[in-house]
Amino acid sequence: MPQLRIVVLVKQVPDTANVTGEAMKEDGTINRAALPAVFNPEDLNALEEALKLKDRHDARVTVLTMGPPAAVQVLRESLYRGADEVILLTDKAFAGADTLATSYALSLAVQKLGGADLVLCGRQAIDGDTAQVGPQTAEKLGYPQITCVSRVDELRAPDGEAGSGAGGEAGSITATRSIEGGFETLTSSLPCLLTVTGEANDPRPPSVKLVMTYKGIAAEAMPEYDDSYLDPERDEAEVCMIGKDGKPVCRARVIQWDHAALAADREALGLRGSPTRVKEIESVVLAQSEARMVAPDEAGITELVHELIEEHILG
Amino acid sequence: MVDTANTNDVWVVVEQHDGEAAEVSLELLGRARELADQLGVQVGAVLIGAGEAAKALAPALVARGADTVYFVAHTDLAHYLAQPYTQVVTGLIREHEPQIVLYGATTTGRDLAPRVASALRTGLTADCTDLRIGDHALKGEEFKDLLYQIRPAFGGNIIATIISPLHRPQMATVREGVMVMPEEDRRRDGRIIAVPVTRARERIAVRAGVVLSDEDFVVTLVKRVQEEKRVDLKGARIVVSGGVGVGSREGFALVEELARTVGGVVGASRAAVDAGWIDHDHQVGQTGTTVRPKLYIACGISGSVQHRAGMDQSARILAINNDPLAPIFSVAHYGVVGDLHKVIPLLIQAYKTKGAGGGAAPAPGQAAPAQPAAADGGAS
Repeated sequence: MPQLRIVVLVKQVPDTANVTGEAMKEDGTINRAALPAVFNPEDLNALEEALKLKDRHDARVTVLTMGPPAAVQVLRESLYRGADEVILLTDKAFAGADTLATSYALSLAVQKLGGADLVLCGRQAIDGDTAQVGPQTAEKLGYPQITCVSRVDELRAPDGEAGSGAGGEAGSITATRSIEGGFETLTSSLPCLLTVTGEANDPRPPSVKLVMTYKGIAAEAMPEYDDSYLDPERDEAEVCMIGKDGKPVCRARVIQWDHAALAADREALGLRGSPTRVKEIESVVLAQSEARMVAPDEAGITELVHELIEEHILG
Repeated sequence: MVDTANTNDVWVVVEQHDGEAAEVSLELLGRARELADQLGVQVGAVLIGAGEAAKALAPALVARGADTVYFVAHTDLAHYLAQPYTQVVTGLIREHEPQIVLYGATTTGRDLAPRVASALRTGLTADCTDLRIGDHALKGEEFKDLLYQIRPAFGGNIIATIISPLHRPQMATVREGVMVMPEEDRRRDGRIIAVPVTRARERIAVRAGVVLSDEDFVVTLVKRVQEEKRVDLKGARIVVSGGVGVGSREGFALVEELARTVGGVVGASRAAVDAGWIDHDHQVGQTGTTVRPKLYIACGISGSVQHRAGMDQSARILAINNDPLAPIFSVAHYGVVGDLHKVIPLLIQAYKTKGAGGGAAPAPGQAAPAQPAAADGGAS
C-alpha cells in the first residue's frame, strides 16, 4: 500500500487573544509588534489530526507555511511534534498577500510536492479570522473540501498508485463538521482538503524525544534565536537550536522556496495579486464612561429596579 | 472581470434549508435593497435548492426586497454541497456580472463564498458587520461608489474598512444579526427566473443555464443533524450574562436564578465558556451570538472588544463588576461597582418585592407573563 501523503498548512500569528497591558499604546490602540508570535491555535489542531492519522496509517506528514524567515519557529514546533518534512515559503514577493494571493502560493507549493492525498489546515487564523484560505486553496487545487471539521470519522487509504487515478481505489475520508445548532457528516473521495476546528482534538505537546533528536542534546529552544542563518540564496536551510555549550546544533533541514521555486506568476502574488485593499483602520478605543453609577446596596438596587420597571424595561 | 462600471446589480446568495431561508439572508436583502437604491441598480437573489418548498420561498424573497430571483432547482441540489453550489453561483455571476455579491457569514456561506472568490479570482471580505457605498482615490485615480466592507479584525482590536477597487464582483460574507430585518411587503413586484440545470457526466458546454457534472459530486452528505435551538439568545428581551467574575460553575446558578426571576435568557462571555462553566450556545460576542435585547445585564464581565461587539447595541445595559475601571462600564447605561454575589441577590429580592415597594410598581398583569418564560428561560 502506498504511503499516505498529508500536507498541513500552518501560520505564525500574533497572539491577539492575549492582548496585555504592554501591547496597549497610550492612545488605546494595539502595538502589534509587542504581541508574541504563536502557532495559530487551530493549525495545531490540524497538525494533531495529521499526526493521529500517521499513528494509524503509513503516512508522511509535510508541514508548509508562508511567512517571513522568523516563521520557521512554527516549523520547528511541527518537527518536535512528529512532522516528517517542513517547508517555508518566504520571499518579499509574497508580502502583503490577501487570502486569494496566499491560497495561490500555497496551492503551487502543494502541486510542487506532487499533490497530496489529504491537505489539512486550521479553520481560521486568529489575526484575520477569515476562514478563507482553506476553501480558496482547495478550489485552486481542484480538490473537494470539508470545512469546520470537529471530528474525523474514518479514513480509507488509497490502495493504488497515489494520485495516478488508476490501478486501485482512490480512498476516502469521512468527517463531521459543526454547523449552526447541529452537525453534518460528509464523505469525500481523496484527495480532499479539510479545515479543522479547536473542537477536534487536544494537540499533543512537543515530544521530548523528538526535541532531543532535532537538537542532539538537551537544550532550551530559543524562539528569539536570530534566523538570519536562513540564506536567501539557497533553497534549503537548517533548523538550528542553541546547544548547552552555546553553539548552534543543526539536525533537520527546512526546505525554503521563493516565487521562482514555485514558478509563480508574480502578478498573482503578494499585494499585487490581492484584489482587496485595506482602506482604513480604526482602532477600537474605549469611550468615556457615561454609565450612571448605582450604589451596591439595598437602597440603590431597589431604586434602580423600580426605575427599570417603570420604564417597562423590566416586566 | 475588470469592468468596474457601477450599473450592474447587487446580489444576495440566499441560504435555505428545507424551504426555510436563513434569517441572515433576509437581513441581507434589506441591506442589498438600500445599497442598490443608493447606486440606482436592482437587487438579485440567488435561490438554490430542490422541490416545491424551495420554490415557495421565491415570492418571499421579492417581498423582502429582491427585484429578480434566480431560482436554480435540481434534485441533486437539495442539500448544500460546496462544489456543485460553487458551479451554480460562479456560472450565474459570469453570465450576469453583478457588481456586488453578498453571503451570510454562516458555516455554509463561509464554505461557499471563498471557493467562488477563488474561482472568479475576485476579492472577498469575511464576516462583515457593516456595508456602505463610498469613494476611494488610488494612485491619482478616483474610484466612485465602491463597496466599503467593514469588519472587526485582529481579534476585534481594530475595525477595518476593506475595498476591492479593481475587481468585480465585490464580495462579502456578513454576520447574522447585524443588519436590520426588512419588513415583508407582499405587494412588491419582482421577476422569478428559473435557471435551467443540465446534469451530465462530463463538463459540457450548454447554451443557457448551469452544468453540473459527476466531478462536482465527489462529496456526499451522510447525515445532517439539526438540534432544536435550546437557547434563543437572539430573540430574548432580557439577557443576563456571566463572565470570569462569576468564579465557578456553581456561581452561574446565581446568574441563572436572576435570569429566571426576570424572565431572561442566560448569556456568557467567551472566558466563562472556555472555563467550562456554561455551554457555547450561551456565548455572546464576536465568536458567539450578537444580541440586541431590551435589557442586557453583564455580571462579572470585564467587557473585551470581542464581547462588546456582540451586545453594545442593546437598548439598556446594566453592568455589575467589582473593578471600577472594567471596559464594560464604557458601554453601560447603569453601573454597579461591587461584588456580584451580593448585588445579584439584591436585584432578585428587589424584583420579587416590586409590588410592595413604593407606588411605581406595575399592575400584576404585566408581571405575570414573565413567569412562564422564566420556567424554561434559564437552565439548559
